Amino acid sequence: MSDFTRRDFIKLMSAAGAASAMGWPIVAQAARRRVVVVGGGFGGATCAKYIRAFDPRLKVTLIEQDTKFVTCPFSNAVLGGLRTIGSITHGYDKLRQNHGVKVIHDRATAIDPAARKVMLAGGKRLRYDRLVVSPGIDFRWGAIESYDEAASQTMPHAWKAGPQTSTLRKQLEQMRDGGVVIIAPPVNPFRCPPGPYERACMIAHYLKQAKPRSKILIYDAKDKFSKQPLFMQGWQKLYPGMIEWIKQSDGGAIERVDPKTRTVYPVFGKPQKGDVVNVIPPQHAGTIAHTAGLVNKDGWCPVNQRTFESAMHKDIHVIGDAAIASPLPKSGFAAGSEAKVCAAAIVASLRGETMPDPSYVNTCYSLVGPEYGISVAAVYRLKGNEIVKVKGAGGVSPKDATDMFRRDEARYAAGWYSSITADVWG
Amino acid sequence: MRQSCRALIMSAVGVASLLILTVPGQSAELTRGAMLSVSCAGCHGTDGNSPGSVPGIAGKSASFIESAMKEFRSGARDSTVMGRHAKGYTDEEIKLIAQYFANRK
Repeated sequence: MSDFTRRDFIKLMSAAGAASAMGWPIVAQAARRRVVVVGGGFGGATCAKYIRAFDPRLKVTLIEQDTKFVTCPFSNAVLGGLRTIGSITHGYDKLRQNHGVKVIHDRATAIDPAARKVMLAGGKRLRYDRLVVSPGIDFRWGAIESYDEAASQTMPHAWKAGPQTSTLRKQLEQMRDGGVVIIAPPVNPFRCPPGPYERACMIAHYLKQAKPRSKILIYDAKDKFSKQPLFMQGWQKLYPGMIEWIKQSDGGAIERVDPKTRTVYPVFGKPQKGDVVNVIPPQHAGTIAHTAGLVNKDGWCPVNQRTFESAMHKDIHVIGDAAIASPLPKSGFAAGSEAKVCAAAIVASLRGETMPDPSYVNTCYSLVGPEYGISVAAVYRLKGNEIVKVKGAGGVSPKDATDMFRRDEARYAAGWYSSITADVWG
Repeated sequence: MRQSCRALIMSAVGVASLLILTVPGQSAELTRGAMLSVSCAGCHGTDGNSPGSVPGIAGKSASFIESAMKEFRSGARDSTVMGRHAKGYTDEEIKLIAQYFANRK
């Protein structure tokens, strides 16, 4: 308060006037700084909750267009018939009731960094002292020729969970035995690096029981992928002969699709028709990050690795899949970890304190089968201005693990899901 | 009746704003221990209260958490993923984490 100026005093008085006109206690309103969070997924909801946990004096408003959030984690288990959509759907009541977060279900359409305001589709304008943008990903429609939003109705991406997940599941249920399922994962970076390969496992689990003569072809835009030796070992063990991976250099990258005939056209090699085609298109940061000028030329958001403050605009922080925080992966778990560091950075900054050194973590489970889980983990610290993995820590599950070890990891995967979703929305 | 109601609300408002101004203790201190420990909540639940199959660690004794972490790290204690995590923390950091969760409910 030592640098409290006359101008500040006038500002405070007019704010107080406005506040009292609305019937709010003058002094309390002036004392409360305001943080607005855009996006109620793993990053945004966690950040809103932890800002309030670190400092309940702060006023936190969360903007999320949907009243329910369907998680991408465990949506592959829905495809495999292990879970219902309902079991991976979460609401915002506990953030309101238990943590005092004000939740507004609306869409942020624009940000004015100079005036520190967020515009909502419904017409509201919200002023902030600090803004957190956690918009997740959007798809680069048209990056694969003819794959646009309309095409995703017949060839679902299911890379944002919800109706797309249900569409893909329904198509699998309606498919004939002996049918061909195509999964087409994109180049790096993209949301959830092991996700497409877990998806192959879960679809194979369903097909093995219901349509055992069917095949899964993975047309990959890459030559290697996350947890690859573990997945391939699992495919061999649980689904021998069912899953075929066609890597980029063998003609796996697709450049065009025909939604009418459900055909994918590789850059080189023969076109392939599928009975069910799951195209996971290339991605970039969610739309609002583009509108607000928070992205670089690649469409992702450069941020300070300690505070997640945008390199483009002051007092705006970007977390989660949209942010560039490699070696942290674009995972829901990493988004939650980034969100806590960001929450601490914001609270410390608003209090004029120095934040203790951050620590980040990632833990991702994949289900190869209902009783066969594998994982990857890492611990990260800040070195200079960069996030680095702690050497000697982390890594993937052992290749030579026992059946019991795989069973334990499948059980912990379910526990992981219960814990993280409670940590985010509970 | 309406008059007295309003008076009551106004005095409540007064008390509330007084509280907000005079109880800075409501906000938690941002310690190194907290910074390290909140990252554990993703698997172990908020404050270490796990709702599922991952063991809860809220309110466990600091000495138990400290020795378990060190044993995970050395491999003396079997684990699926904890050995991989524990290797990411120094003795001092493990102590801070253990104290943090020992003080949670």
